[in-house]
Amino acid sequence: MIEAYLPIFAMIVIAIVLGVLLLTLGRLLGPKRSNSEKMSTYESGIEPVGTAKARISVKYYLVAMFFIIFDIEVIFMYPWAVNLREFGVSGLVSMITFALLLLVGYFYILKKGGLEWN
Amino acid sequence: MLNDLLLTLPITIATVWVLVLILCEAFVHNANLTRWLTAIGFAGIIASIFLIPSPEGYAYGTMLRTGTFTNFSNFIFAVSGLLVVSISDKYLEEEEINFGEYYIILFISTIGMMLMGSAANLSVIFIGLETMSVALYTLAGMLRKDVRSNEAAMKYFLLGSFATGFFLYGIALIYGATGELALPRIAASLQTNGVSTLFWIGLSLLMIGFLFKVSAVPFHQWTPDVYEGSPTTAAAFMSTGSKAAAFSSLIIVLSNISIALPNNAVLQTAFAYIAVATMAVGNITALTQDNLKRMLAYSSIAHAGYMLVGIAAGSNEGYSGVLYYALIYTLMNVGAFGVIAVLERHRTLTNASDYAGLFKQHPLLAGLMAVFMFSLAGLPPFGGFVGKYKVFAAAVEADLTWLAIVGVLASVVSVYYYLRVVIFMFMRDPEPAPQANANATGSFALVAIAVIVFLMGIFPTEVLKLADNAMKVALK
Repeated sequence: MIEAYLPIFAMIVIAIVLGVLLLTLGRLLGPKRSNSEKMSTYESGIEPVGTAKARISVKYYLVAMFFIIFDIEVIFMYPWAVNLREFGVSGLVSMITFALLLLVGYFYILKKGGLEWN
Repeated sequence: MLNDLLLTLPITIATVWVLVLILCEAFVHNANLTRWLTAIGFAGIIASIFLIPSPEGYAYGTMLRTGTFTNFSNFIFAVSGLLVVSISDKYLEEEEINFGEYYIILFISTIGMMLMGSAANLSVIFIGLETMSVALYTLAGMLRKDVRSNEAAMKYFLLGSFATGFFLYGIALIYGATGELALPRIAASLQTNGVSTLFWIGLSLLMIGFLFKVSAVPFHQWTPDVYEGSPTTAAAFMSTGSKAAAFSSLIIVLSNISIALPNNAVLQTAFAYIAVATMAVGNITALTQDNLKRMLAYSSIAHAGYMLVGIAAGSNEGYSGVLYYALIYTLMNVGAFGVIAVLERHRTLTNASDYAGLFKQHPLLAGLMAVFMFSLAGLPPFGGFVGKYKVFAAAVEADLTWLAIVGVLASVVSVYYYLRVVIFMFMRDPEPAPQANANATGSFALVAIAVIVFLMGIFPTEVLKLADNAMKVALK
C-alpha cells in the first residue's frame, strides 16, 4: 500500500533537489551586473506604475463577493443541465429551490443598496 | 422528499423562516420587527419539537438523523437562540449596532447547529459546522467600528478556518480508510474490514476540529480574546449554542463508531487526559481574571472540560450527562452574560470590582447574577450541580474514578472566582452606581432563566429522563 506512493515520493525529492541545485548554481556561477532597470519590479514587460499597495474601494469586494455567489450558482447548474432528464422532476424542484434561495439573497443585496456605487 | 421535509420539521421551519427574515429586513428595514420575527421563529422551532416530535429514523436517505436525540439537541439550540435574542436588543442599541442582520445571522447560525445535531453523515456535519462558524465569525465582528471586535472576528476566523481544515482533512482520511461518509456505514465498514492506521489519523484530525470548537485545551487560546472582543450577547451565543452543537456532533460520531473500535481504551484515555488539561487550565487561569467576560471565557473552557469527562466515560450515561450539561450550561451562561450585557457600557463596567455594592443599587440584577454564579460553580440546589453530578457519576461507573476526583477538585477551585463576584456584589460598598439598561423582555428572560436553573436543580428528573431517553434510542 505504502510502496505505491514511492514514485510520488521520488518525484518530490527530485523536484526539491533540482530546484535547490539550480538556484544555488545560478547564484554561485552567474555574473551579477545589476542596474536600476534590472532591479525594478517585473510587470510582464510593461514599465511599473506606482506601488501594488493601492487602496481599493470596499465596494469592489462586495461586487466580487456577489459575483462569486452567482458564479457558483451557474457552476452548479452545468452538471444539472447535462443530466436534466435523469434527475427528473425532483432535480428540477431542487434546482428551482436553489435558485429561489439565491434570488432572496439577490433581493436583499438590491434593497440594501449593495449594487449602488455612490 | 415532502416526507423528509416533515421529518426534519425544525430545520425546514428554520430554513423557510430565515428567507422570510431576509426579505423582511430587505423590504421593511426595521431591526425591531426583525427581532420579533426572529423570536417567533425560535418559538416556532421549539413548538414544533414539542408538538410534532420526529420519530426515530433517517431523513434524506441517510443524511440526517431524526428522533429523540435530534429533538433534544435542536431544543438546546433554539432555546439558546431565543434567550440571546431576548437579552440582545437594549445592549445592541447601547452599542449602536442594532441591525436586523444581527438577528438573521444568529438565526442562520442556529440552522448550522441543528444540522450538526442531527447529522448522520460526516459531510452534513461539515456543512453544519461551516454554516454555524461563518455566521459566528460575523457576529464576533458586529461592533465594526471597534478594533477589539475586529480583532476578535479576525482571530476567530483565522483559527477557526485552520481548525476546519483539520476537520476536513480528517473526513477525507476517514473516507480514504473506509470508503464511506455515512456514520452507520463507516461503523459497518470498520467491523468487516478492521481499523487501519489511516482511520486513526483521520479520527484524530476530526477530533481536533471538534475540540477546537468546544475550546478544549490545547485548542483553547482563541476563546478569551474572542469572547472579550465580541459583543457580549454574541459571546453568550458562541459559548453556549456552538459548544452544545459541537458536543452533540461529537456524541453522534463517537456513539456511532465506538462500537466498531476494537480498543476503546485508547480513545477513552485520550479524552480523559484532554478533559484533565482543559479543567485545570480553564479553572486556574480564570482565578486571575478581573474582567468578567474573560473570566467567563476561561470558565467556559473549564466547563468544556467537565463535559469532556462525560465524553471520556463513553457510556450512555456519560453522553446523556453531556446533553443535560449542555442544556443547563446554555441557560446559566446566557444568564450570566445577560447580566453583564445589562450593565456594560462600551467595554467599561465589565470588571468584578465594578460590581461592588451592586446589591444595594440593583438588588434584582445582583440576585440573578448570584444564582448564575452559584449554578456555574456547581453548588446545589442549582441546575449546574445536577449536570456535574451526572457526568462525574458516569465517569465513576466507567472506572474513571480518578477523573471524577480531578473534576471535583477543579470545581472546588472554580468556586473561588465565581464567589468572588458574589462577594463584590453583596459585601462591598457601592462605588458610583452602574446604570442598568434592562428592559421588560430582557429582565423577564433573565428572571425566567434563573427560575428554570433553580427548578432544574430541584426537579431534574424529567429533563434527565429526556436526556437519557435521547441517548438510549440514539445508540440503538
